[in-house]
Amino acid sequence: MPRDESIKSILIIGSGPIVIGQACEFDYSGSQAARSLREEGIEVTLINSNPATIMTDPITANNIYLKPLTKKSIIEILKKHEIDAVLPTMGGQTALNLAIDCQKAGIWEIFDVKIIGVDIDAIETTEDREKFRLKMKELDINVCTGETATSFLQGKEIAQRIGFPLVIRPSYTLGGTGGGFVFSADDFESALSNGLHASPIHEVLIEQSILGWKEYELELLRDGAGNIIIICSIENFDPMGVHTGDSVTVAPAMTLPDTVYQEMRNLAIKMMNGIGQFAGGCNVQFAVNPENDEIVAIEINPRVSRSSALASKATGYPIAKIAAKLAIGYNLDELNNQITKTTSAYFEPALDYVIVKIPRWNFDKFEGSDRHLGLQMKSVGEAMGIGRNFQEALQKACQSLEIKRNGLGADGKELKDQQQILESLEHPSWNRLFHIYDAFKLGISLATIHKLSKIDKWFLCQIEELVVLEEEIARYDLETIPGELLRTAKEKGYADRQIAHLLGCWESEVYTKRKETGLNRVYKLVDTCAAEFEAQTPYYYSCYDKENESVATDRKKIVVLGSGPNRIGQGIEFDYSCVHGVLAAKESGYETIMINCNPETVSTDFDVADKLYFEPVFWEHIYSIIEHEKPEGVIVQLGGQTALKLAEKLDKYGVKIIGTSFKALDLAEDRGSFSSLLKELNIPYPEFGVAEDAEQAIELSKEIGFPLLVRPSYVLGGQSMKIVINEKELEEHIVDIMKKIPGNKVLLDHFLDGAIEAEADAICDGEEVYIIGIMQHIEPAGIHSGDSYAVLPPYNLGDFVIRQIEAYTKKIALALKTVGLINIQFAIKNDKVYIIEANPRASRTVPFICKAYQEPYVNYATKIMLGELKLKDIEFKPVKHGYAIKEPVFSFSKFPNVNKTLGPEMKSTGESIYFIDDLMDDYFLDIYAERNLYLSK
Amino acid sequence: MKLPDRPKARLLLADGLMLTGTAIGHPGTTGGEVCFNTGMTGYQEIYTDPSYYGQIVINTTAHIGNYGTVDSEQESERPQIKGIIVNDYAEVHSRNTAGESLQEYLEHYKVTGIADIDTRMLVRHIRSKGAMNAIISSVLSKEEMEAELAKVPSMAGLELASVVSTSEPYTLGEGNKIKVAVLDLGVKKSILKNLTDRGCVCKVFPARTSYDEIKAWGADGYFLSNGPGDPAVMDYGVETVTKMLAEDKAVFGICLGHQLLARAQGIGTYKMHHGHRGLNHPVKNLQTGLGEITSQNHGFAITEKDVEESDKVEATHINLNDNTIEGIAVKGKNAFSVQYHPEASPGPHDSRYLFDQFIANIKK
Repeated sequence: MPRDESIKSILIIGSGPIVIGQACEFDYSGSQAARSLREEGIEVTLINSNPATIMTDPITANNIYLKPLTKKSIIEILKKHEIDAVLPTMGGQTALNLAIDCQKAGIWEIFDVKIIGVDIDAIETTEDREKFRLKMKELDINVCTGETATSFLQGKEIAQRIGFPLVIRPSYTLGGTGGGFVFSADDFESALSNGLHASPIHEVLIEQSILGWKEYELELLRDGAGNIIIICSIENFDPMGVHTGDSVTVAPAMTLPDTVYQEMRNLAIKMMNGIGQFAGGCNVQFAVNPENDEIVAIEINPRVSRSSALASKATGYPIAKIAAKLAIGYNLDELNNQITKTTSAYFEPALDYVIVKIPRWNFDKFEGSDRHLGLQMKSVGEAMGIGRNFQEALQKACQSLEIKRNGLGADGKELKDQQQILESLEHPSWNRLFHIYDAFKLGISLATIHKLSKIDKWFLCQIEELVVLEEEIARYDLETIPGELLRTAKEKGYADRQIAHLLGCWESEVYTKRKETGLNRVYKLVDTCAAEFEAQTPYYYSCYDKENESVATDRKKIVVLGSGPNRIGQGIEFDYSCVHGVLAAKESGYETIMINCNPETVSTDFDVADKLYFEPVFWEHIYSIIEHEKPEGVIVQLGGQTALKLAEKLDKYGVKIIGTSFKALDLAEDRGSFSSLLKELNIPYPEFGVAEDAEQAIELSKEIGFPLLVRPSYVLGGQSMKIVINEKELEEHIVDIMKKIPGNKVLLDHFLDGAIEAEADAICDGEEVYIIGIMQHIEPAGIHSGDSYAVLPPYNLGDFVIRQIEAYTKKIALALKTVGLINIQFAIKNDKVYIIEANPRASRTVPFICKAYQEPYVNYATKIMLGELKLKDIEFKPVKHGYAIKEPVFSFSKFPNVNKTLGPEMKSTGESIYFIDDLMDDYFLDIYAERNLYLSK
Repeated sequence: MKLPDRPKARLLLADGLMLTGTAIGHPGTTGGEVCFNTGMTGYQEIYTDPSYYGQIVINTTAHIGNYGTVDSEQESERPQIKGIIVNDYAEVHSRNTAGESLQEYLEHYKVTGIADIDTRMLVRHIRSKGAMNAIISSVLSKEEMEAELAKVPSMAGLELASVVSTSEPYTLGEGNKIKVAVLDLGVKKSILKNLTDRGCVCKVFPARTSYDEIKAWGADGYFLSNGPGDPAVMDYGVETVTKMLAEDKAVFGICLGHQLLARAQGIGTYKMHHGHRGLNHPVKNLQTGLGEITSQNHGFAITEKDVEESDKVEATHINLNDNTIEGIAVKGKNAFSVQYHPEASPGPHDSRYLFDQFIANIKK
């Protein structure tokens, strides 16, 4: 059936602020859906309270509502616009829940709005554990034995019947909140109570444990005619027991024979048809008993999910884009494959490479949290590696993580304590993958590793083979290593750095040797069809095979470095900036090349840049691309700290950094030189000193005076930053820092107790400075800027203070010869403004200001960096009305043992925007009254 | 564990392209027409499918051999392919129910292969240059390989069905009620299983069995199987099918069987540029308007123009990627056929309804 012409205007519900379990993958799906619908001439209205999203940008939708995701906001929108249909499947569980609330309140009916992409009954069936179980029984599909409990007593009775170990799964929760395995009766009561409380309807499913079974996911699409295709099969490296969002996952499935896979495919189709007849996407999870290939269904999600974002990037099949078209009536056979442009969208992608996704955790931000992985998702981001074989993809994913490793193994950082390793294999935390490697290296047998981890033997042998290969390489040095062996190492994804470690030489020497022997990367296409058809979409990954498919053009081009996996302190805001950087460079006539490894992002949508290299934001990979493409330069100031910290090496290798020079970037980072600069400019800053050990620090503290803000230099999101009030605390913290980051220097700043904080973002073209916005924090100084409520524009700073802020911002921007964006943070005490720090790059607050003032600041800044524009060419027209409040959002609920205390180390995972007309607003008065509540140290 | 230490092997294509890789399976030399299959599962089923007889198969998926082999997933008694070309060859396999590893299996059946080849490059090569013959060898010199390559027959004009067909008739599904005579042109076991599972007793006849002999068994319906080779040189098969059609019994053809049914109605066949082989080919059923994801394996196809102009047959299924004809029905007859493989194995089971349709036709 062609598209439903009666639908002319669609409302898309976003997923709100980023929390663990619901991250920027929904910005990717939402913005794809919006573009896909606008292509059809449909008016798209978007609601999302998260300002740092591309989906809420004027480039994406016709009408944008940066409003709280509530019924009230929906009613407001429906009153204002003639909305024909609502698409609630692109905004995760949040959007679905809101759609259900509105349905129950009869809102859709009142305004005559059709729900498309899903049906409400299907959501109910899949979210309510008991309804799901009964539905599966009706469809004759195996599920784990289990029963639902709505009371404590009922739960205990069920547990008695099922026996231990068992699983508790609360109904209607996100990312498995409140769920978990229970191994003995002793732990059961507290686990049951947690589960019942976590569920909004106080209902849990108590289920037989299938811990250790193999775990798979299938991504499905169905059209209105009933055609169903499987976009991707994903195999979890970590078997049942670890939430799929916390599992290392691999596509395509590596250890599934066709017979078992087809049975799974049949079951998935039956399940999707069983829950309702909607047109859209769906994710189904299965467990397979490794003993006899028996399959049980675990769950089905009738919406676009984190896994479908991964599947889209893994296969090149844009699930959200197509799902949106199906929702408005198209059938699959009426649409084209978006990669080949000539063949049908009705097909199942064939991969001739392997992808590995590894989650990224931030346990260090949640002191005291239980770091074990289980049914509840705890990771904050993910990285994906693409390779021609599993090992290469695995190494690339490890290189993408930015956890100070150069890949898996070969960096001298392995754990050697056998007991700790064995414990970690059985009770996984974020580092199990690395410990499997360590276990093989220690000589622990495959049988033992398998017994403890239950990970499939095939995966384990792949890692064992890497360990054996390393031992072989280590027998040689740079001169003697056979060319074949070096090639094998590169084919298996080893970085030059890892090889250098094994050969006892420098990375650059391995690089030179490679170049001499012609051992170079080639680039292959992700084309959905294993090269069967010609593809039109330039989406590449590297490998060490024979043929290169990426042809470098002779156009002038620019590389934009992405921000890698999301983590606390560096998330979706930087992807927002990268996407706008790419688009602005395109507008300026450049061929744009995006490099990033985060599958959740919009920047890795192959529709964004002219060329996408899905590669680790890791020196060696970036330099290879630069050598191949020969761009005019690289934009590093949009991709957060990840991109910025590559500036030094780029500069050293003679690659042009677009915008602010490396020297200026470095000057701003180096506390000593930066303070000298401030002194020269006659700008106040808190007294500070640099210490290399505790003794020096104590000496310094006498000069500077307590309280002190103590932190290592060169860190992100205030990592290991702490306020200390006496010598004892100071010494303890210094020892801590030295342990975590050996060899680093420690900065001691005099902490301006009770000061007010503010920050300014500005664009500078080297000659003039334009301040795009000043935000005043609501909490007093001491809470990380990312964790504080902040108000744009300032709500109670006097003219005198504002004038100081403006003057200092301009002076510093010019003194640093900034070309592009700069963010400066201030502390204000007794009407005197002090500089805390300056970052000559896109900051977390830039997207917020863009949204609040409705101006494309990143676009302007990029054009200024490229020399296409000067500030004087730009007519700024910010829409200033009332105030915009930035509200930090935390994921503390995922860590029940962690108290919400805030300090100089950032802990929030996301933010939302809230507009108020004046300062008498109740919301503002509430948060203002609570401003001192959570400050710890 | 030790790092694999296998000898080198070389692959030489008819147009002169020479690639070096690692020798796998049985050491030695092999030649055939090279074709690629984009399926990500089901290598054992592919290797044992008689339709691949005489061909060297490139598996495009990154890893091959991960789950070993099992007897129950054989599509015929032994591998039918001439050789395999793969990217990453699994030295270790993992499946509790598996028998031999792929290496043991290939050695057992003396199948020669080559690994560590840029299969993607090869596919792109064939995609632009077309299907061609090739030689794999771990022992011969370049000149010797060239000489061997010259001896590999061209697939066009080659009759192979009778080579892979059973030599003696046999019966399966004893005790079942519906009698289906199977013309074995290289039939896959899963086809027979799909029939016997639906209550058929199948008598499987050698390809060159005369119509009279088949008719004498008194079947309720005729099944024309898949198989290798060029349908254009199978007049004996066309003759058998023509006679079958003269009866008003249900006839169902798959793959080569489909091509013979078409030829029996005056529709031509041709050798495709590089064929369709994979588990993801979209087909639209023109009668229901619904799609099906199909398993395909064919290097010849029936001529679209002939179907358009024919008053004897109508197209029932088309390929959504290139609009080639995927299925026909004979007008006024109880006969239909499809180019693809509804039995799948390997591949999606979307099209198994066609077996039900055949049974329904028999019962009509």
